[in-house]
Amino acid sequence: MIEVENIHKSFGDNKVLKGISTSFEKGKTSLIIGQSGSGKTVFLKCLLGLFNLDAGNILYDQDNYANLTLKKKRKLREKMGMVFQGSALFDSMDVADNVRFPLDMFTKQTDEEKRERVHSVLKRVNIVNAESKFPSEISGGMQKRVAIARAIVMNPKYLFCDEPNSGLDPKTAILIDNLIQEITDEYQMTTVINTHDMNSVMEIGEKIVFLKEGLKAWEGTKEDVFKTDNEAVTDFVYSSELFKKVRKMYVEGKN
Amino acid sequence: MKQLAAIGQYFLMIREVFKKPTRWKVMRGLILKEIDELIYGSMGIVIFVSFFIGGVVTIQTALNLNSPLIPKNLIGFAARQSVILEFAPTFTSIIMAGKVGSFITSSIGSMRVTEQIDALEVMGINSLNYLVFPKIIALLMYPFVIAIAMYLGIFGGFLAGVFGGFSTAADFIEGVRIDFVPFHVAYAFIKTMFFAFIIATVPSFHGYYMKGGALEVGKASTTSFVWTAVVIITTNYILTQLLLG
Repeated sequence: MIEVENIHKSFGDNKVLKGISTSFEKGKTSLIIGQSGSGKTVFLKCLLGLFNLDAGNILYDQDNYANLTLKKKRKLREKMGMVFQGSALFDSMDVADNVRFPLDMFTKQTDEEKRERVHSVLKRVNIVNAESKFPSEISGGMQKRVAIARAIVMNPKYLFCDEPNSGLDPKTAILIDNLIQEITDEYQMTTVINTHDMNSVMEIGEKIVFLKEGLKAWEGTKEDVFKTDNEAVTDFVYSSELFKKVRKMYVEGKN
Repeated sequence: MKQLAAIGQYFLMIREVFKKPTRWKVMRGLILKEIDELIYGSMGIVIFVSFFIGGVVTIQTALNLNSPLIPKNLIGFAARQSVILEFAPTFTSIIMAGKVGSFITSSIGSMRVTEQIDALEVMGINSLNYLVFPKIIALLMYPFVIAIAMYLGIFGGFLAGVFGGFSTAADFIEGVRIDFVPFHVAYAFIKTMFFAFIIATVPSFHGYYMKGGALEVGKASTTSFVWTAVVIITTNYILTQLLLG
């Protein structure tokens, strides 16, 4: 479980996070949504420990990140998996080496054990016959799946995804969403996803946190999104005609 | 003020490079890869440049020695001194700042832009040690490159001098051998080690701390070359004053 307590983060005079408190539960997929510039990426990077907080605390299973020694912080990071917006695969390594990388860095497994582990996680994310290909030789969807495989190869406790669907077609985006949710359930991870994709909100949003101008404007579940009267949320989530119709049908169906 | 802050940040980076080492098994592979890319991959340009520079130095020296009172072996002597003291270590290092330095800045800068460095940090890896340390170790081989540059520079001078009709082979070889001070070679190699460290770290600094996108990677490569050259030339002056002055 991750608990966020009143966190603040500024860059110079620009106050990006202005006091956000929330929590993310184990085994659940939580989504951070909000307009561009609302502070989502900074919030996620604070969760990852890539930015130091100006104020507030982040607790990982009761451990306050700010109070940990550098060594313990690095140990904690070994328990985190991250899927970056652009996948962030290492260009100089093939698919298998990308996934194997954390095992080489942090485990004392034999080559055979590593090979088996890499093969099993790649199979889990439905990557077959691409182990020797380089990131530039595979599609965006496959890159995302390889990034997920790399993120879960160490059995992390926490999985973070920054816009995992960006640049993907709707069908592939749904496949990636479902894959993340299945893996979260299977590995009992605490998963936090930054997204703009309203399909993701409707599909996998077990908890949704809506950020607006550096503040938490709303939080709830995907079912709550249909019911909420919060204007900021409805303006954002139902900004397209399609979603406005979906909501109307849902509300009319309930009545 | 901005420059002072950058200098401070550079030294903090150096400190970080030597903290929390990457596993030796992984590091060994990275060092060998860097030796291949930075040292072996630069041999072609170093051989080409040093050979012709040696030739040009010889021709220029010969053309300026008009007095019959000056012995002809001075051509070989001047070629040797110029190549060993300056052209091989300093001129080659400026070439390497362009060739290797730009490569280092653009490769690390691209990793920054595509969040690969963030990915390393998130995994709990000391990204500076992982990226910069192997380059520093690989460039410990740099004196070998300079030794080859010295040899080829003098050899290029010999060929230009003899086949250009400026000197006889015997005069040139005699010039190369007279008044030889072994410390001059040591001085050149001491300089080379400093230059190697500069070539590994200054471009890494510009790549690692760059901000922006693809365009900024290009700008960072240019800035990196300028600063690497400036630091090499300044260090050259200081070391010359300290070691020979």
